[in-house]
Amino acid sequence: MTPESSPEPVDSAQETEVCQLRLYVAGQSPKSLKALVNLKRLCDEHLHTGYEIEVVDLVENPQRAADDEIIALPTLVRRLPAPLRKVIGDLSDTERVLCGLQLSPMENGALVDG
Amino acid sequence: MNTEAPHSEKRPALPAEFGSLPKAPTGIDGLDEVTEGGLPRGRPTLICGPAGCGKTLLGLEFLVRGITEHGENGVFVAFEETREDLIANVESLGFDLAQLEADGQLAIDHVSIEPTEIEQSGEWDLEGLFIRLGASIDAVGADRVVIDTIENLFGAFPDKATLRAELRRLFRWLKDRGVTAIITGERGDGSLTRHGIEEYVSDCVIVLDHRVSEETSTRRLRILKYRGSLHGTNEYPFLIHRGGITVVPITSLGIEHDVSGERLSMGVARLDEMLGGRGVLRGSSILVSGTAGTGKSTIAAQFCDAACRRGERALYFAFEESEAQIVRNMASVGMDLGQWVEQGLLKFTCVRPSLAGLEAHLSSMQALVAEFNPSVVVIDPISDLLTAGASRDVSAMLTRQVDFLKVRGVTALFTSLDQHLQLEEANHQIAALIDVWLLVATQKANGERNRSLSVLKARGMAHSNQIREFLLTERGIEIAGIHRFEEVLTGSARIAQEEAHRRGNGGPAEASPGPAPELVAGVPRAGGAQ
Repeated sequence: MTPESSPEPVDSAQETEVCQLRLYVAGQSPKSLKALVNLKRLCDEHLHTGYEIEVVDLVENPQRAADDEIIALPTLVRRLPAPLRKVIGDLSDTERVLCGLQLSPMENGALVDG
Repeated sequence: MNTEAPHSEKRPALPAEFGSLPKAPTGIDGLDEVTEGGLPRGRPTLICGPAGCGKTLLGLEFLVRGITEHGENGVFVAFEETREDLIANVESLGFDLAQLEADGQLAIDHVSIEPTEIEQSGEWDLEGLFIRLGASIDAVGADRVVIDTIENLFGAFPDKATLRAELRRLFRWLKDRGVTAIITGERGDGSLTRHGIEEYVSDCVIVLDHRVSEETSTRRLRILKYRGSLHGTNEYPFLIHRGGITVVPITSLGIEHDVSGERLSMGVARLDEMLGGRGVLRGSSILVSGTAGTGKSTIAAQFCDAACRRGERALYFAFEESEAQIVRNMASVGMDLGQWVEQGLLKFTCVRPSLAGLEAHLSSMQALVAEFNPSVVVIDPISDLLTAGASRDVSAMLTRQVDFLKVRGVTALFTSLDQHLQLEEANHQIAALIDVWLLVATQKANGERNRSLSVLKARGMAHSNQIREFLLTERGIEIAGIHRFEEVLTGSARIAQEEAHRRGNGGPAEASPGPAPELVAGVPRAGGAQ
């Protein structure tokens, strides 16, 4: 077990950091397109402190799958703040995404740990 | 087995279908024999068994042999071990995975799975794995793929239904890509694999096992299912040794080897005479059995000496004496074995059989035979192997050893020390495999102990029914002439008879000699051989 994966609550200093996300997809597959749409909506609604999304198309760059040990698609990876978190699926269940990223929605859009 | 086969009119076509099913030879020693040619080409094969049974190694060797022996490149997807671990683990077996990778013939893709990190939201698939695998296959132009162990995915993804559907799709996809694949699975309770993936891989299922009985661990392999093909159905022991895996078919070889009509001299003219006048058949198995000190090893050495004189190679497995001891002892009966060792025609392997298990013995012997490529092999004595294992195992091993040598056309001579009781059974078991059985004994008469030799059995040739005296002389083994009295005359009684014969008096009156000439090794009888 890596020490990063311990369920240490993310402290408030980190919450204000820009959230760095990476979405792995497989070309223009329906699940990929759906995941991208869902992710954008989710970020707009819940990540007011700022976010970056990198989309990696494994059909174009299959060798990048090894970067984050990707086997399931689509996979969303939270690169920052640490620790690394992964959510698989088309991201249609917003709550599960936020839970997976250890982010909880607040009314004012601020983030607390889940 | 034929329950799935269509009825009546299609029946006659079956054998042809069996023959035409394309197979990919694994290159693994023995496995291609029990699968009658290899794994189903272009289809996935499931290999399952408990931890540590050799699944990963079998998969790796399948790829390595594919590259080195069949020009088929490979991809290894590892869910368990890292690339570095895999390379290090098989280095001792002589597989240089790093080099094969550098040469663009092999791709190792380690996929690490950390289940705690993964959350699921909505629909997903294993397209990432497909893409990775596809990229690796394309990168090396792979014909073979090994996925080890895919069931680890069950720990990673909570959505089992999707995972199962995806695995089904994966196996179909592998088929569509036309790669010959090995999928490994861990054995589960009451099922072949923990998560029942045998449901998806229906073409060929091989089960590995690892059991300890009588303190000897034996790995076994069984082909549970091979759709559309004949295959051996036994459990076959297999070994992991320095050269990789060797599957040892117990019965599959045996009777199909080519037979030779060529005769080999035993190195003793009169012994050849007893064996239909021309010695033994090439590729036959000879057993020399007798009590202690009857000259079994000398017969074996003479046999090797004769082979070397013909310019052939001889391999001598000695379980009781060292090479130096044997060479020295044989020099005392006029045999210079040292010259053959120097010329590289004769090779000794001296080990204590109890040092290693039976299986290990068998495997190292076979490896040596394959390496040295001898035309004759001596195992002296084979009865010592009994101390290395349970008797049932010994007999199975001897069977396999005899089979192995026969298939290679090697003429084998085994010696066996008879102690009449416990060995009798084992001897009976190997008797069926032995073509020529020579019995040596000592006969007690006239206050002397003299050696005698007889042919108990000689398949496919006329042979003498006589018990003959044999002597160890400075010129090697000599078989004395025959003199019938009531019993066979040996020692001084025979000499007296011979002298009487020379004097032109053939009657038995002289059979009781005055001062008995002492019969020692090296005292040549003037004309005694005549």
